[in-house]
Amino acid sequence: MEKIYSKKHPSNNHLNPKIETINLILSYSKAFKVSVYNDLMFETILN
Amino acid sequence: MNPKYLSDAALVSNYINGEETSLTIIINRHQQRIYNFIYSKVYDRDVTEDIFQDTFIKVIKTLKLGKYNEEGKFLPWVMRIAHNLVIDFFRKNKRMPKFNNSKDFDIFTVISDGSLNAEAELIRSQIHYDIRNLVEQLPDDQRTVLKMRMYNDMSFKEISENTSVSINTALGRMRYALINLRKLIKEHNIVLTN
Repeated sequence: MEKIYSKKHPSNNHLNPKIETINLILSYSKAFKVSVYNDLMFETILN
Repeated sequence: MNPKYLSDAALVSNYINGEETSLTIIINRHQQRIYNFIYSKVYDRDVTEDIFQDTFIKVIKTLKLGKYNEEGKFLPWVMRIAHNLVIDFFRKNKRMPKFNNSKDFDIFTVISDGSLNAEAELIRSQIHYDIRNLVEQLPDDQRTVLKMRMYNDMSFKEISENTSVSINTALGRMRYALINLRKLIKEHNIVLTN
């Protein structure tokens, strides 16, 4: 029990997401459009 | 004013008004904190990347759909989304347990998908090709019996009726066909194992 509870997880305070992940999010943001028509909302992802 | 120094609330407002660069600043500002929060729960870099990505996709959708309610708590709101996605991940994992291979044991040594790999498939087709060639070298009567028995799955009674010979003759031809095949394999040093 002592071993389990004293087990230290690797330091993880300085991790960052991959640049690809960030790029994907930013591209998604640019491609994601919302159009409103007669009180209806349409989500579109533009290429 | 340099947008880097704007508050989260102002950046969010700019983003909603169509300024995409505001999102870049928001992500740069908070990525480490959100990413490490997710990682501290799942301890897997790939899963963390996925949840981080899904978190921001949800943020983007909510903001662009005008469903975000600005109360000056942008980061806690994003963290809550990440937290909920982590919970979803563990729920899914519970339904479909994930097996982690260790250094001493690899699950793929005891289970397989049953299909042949590319090399085994090549070897098998080569064996089939060799056998077909060997069969073609047998005398006509032996080749006919062997083909009827092995490829057409006919009984010796059916073979005898179709070839107008007695069952014993058909059996004898089959026997000689196999003896001759073995001879040919030995003569040509052909290996017929997968």
